[in-house]
Amino acid sequence: MNPEILQIATFTTLAALIATAVMLVPGVAIGWLLARTNFRGKALLETAVSLPLVMPPVATGLLLLWLLGRRGPLGSLLELLGVEVVFTPGAVVIAMVVMGLPLLVRTARSGFEQATKRYEQIAETLGAGPWRVFTTITLPLAFRTILAGALLGFSRALGEFGATIVIAGSIPGHTRTLALGIYSFAEMGQNQDAAILLFISIAIAFTAVLVSNQLTRDP
Amino acid sequence: MAIFDLDFFLQQGSFTLSVTDRSDCRSLALFGPSGSGKTSIVEVIAGLRTPSRGTICVGNRVLFSDKSGINLPSRFRGIGYVPQDVLLFPHLDTRENIIYGCPKGTVAIERLAETVEFLNLNAILDRQVSSLSGGERQRVALARALLSDPDVLLLDEPMAAVDLPHRRRILQVLLRIRDELEIPLVYVAHAPDEIATIAEHVLILEQGRLTMAGLPSEVLPKQAY
Repeated sequence: MNPEILQIATFTTLAALIATAVMLVPGVAIGWLLARTNFRGKALLETAVSLPLVMPPVATGLLLLWLLGRRGPLGSLLELLGVEVVFTPGAVVIAMVVMGLPLLVRTARSGFEQATKRYEQIAETLGAGPWRVFTTITLPLAFRTILAGALLGFSRALGEFGATIVIAGSIPGHTRTLALGIYSFAEMGQNQDAAILLFISIAIAFTAVLVSNQLTRDP
Repeated sequence: MAIFDLDFFLQQGSFTLSVTDRSDCRSLALFGPSGSGKTSIVEVIAGLRTPSRGTICVGNRVLFSDKSGINLPSRFRGIGYVPQDVLLFPHLDTRENIIYGCPKGTVAIERLAETVEFLNLNAILDRQVSSLSGGERQRVALARALLSDPDVLLLDEPMAAVDLPHRRRILQVLLRIRDELEIPLVYVAHAPDEIATIAEHVLILEQGRLTMAGLPSEVLPKQAY
């Protein structure tokens, strides 16, 4: 077996895991904000978060490139700190986070919107403050849905192509992911290698979506 | 005994609720058909709904007063609330549900033992709440509310999911809570005989309005006795 295949599979899984961990806190926080609060600009936040779902991924990648490139508003600041993002493994993770976050937010939001409000009210009448209510009632009751959302985000991250190729490229042994590997191998006529990567992608994504669906079903 | 001083107006969508009553009793009952506003009154006292205007005092505490700008959050109201649908926390077992509102420490352990004994919960303490019967759920919800050390207990149709043989037993428990633990009750029910047993003062409601108030013998249908 081509040794690059194992490297690609390991790197992609690791990057997707890191991306999922990174998107978890903001994803849950935004999901909660959208489900439970009303504030000015809520519709704007809702739209902005969902945008990567409907925009062409390449366009999202271009936006990220503009933002994080050396002359970009964020990229120039990072460069001052000696941090370069574009065409690095970090860029792969960033693309995965941006593309996976909407799925996590939407799923977490629906978890918070489900029937947890009344339980929270009862907890409050029993003397619990907002933080205790959130950590002992809201989060545990929404946990399965949040986990399902995280798995969906992970699956999306795993298959990310368009944004990644723009912001991170497809550098062998450096930023090449499963999706990029399949494309490169197929383009170069290495059909067997492409098929192995394809099988790995399907196996991981199938398991993640299957578990996610099980989690969102009633226990 | 507790003074229940209710004088408020609540508007939610097309539903309006207007109540003015003052009573000094150990148990106040709310009686009326579905949609008459009984649960709303309980939720207003619990702080889960905010009146448009008015004053709510229980005992010597002002829970809500629009004029004074007082609206105590639920957790500071000193109430134990047992809702109609009981709402035991589904991710916690029976013991964890019961001690949720109980401060930690030695006193808490003693109080837990007392309450468990009082409500005869020993056999079900380690069970998942999903496996409890209607009567058991009701007693667990009562224990949970009692252990939060309430000044007043709000009971919204506590017999709704309880079969007939267990109703009498729970009514006896409620009377002991009222008389032995000296915790005043606000009791919602559809059944006049339940109210006749437990209440000292009754509010009769219809479509969000208070139509009668007084002693059970004065305001309830005669067949309740």
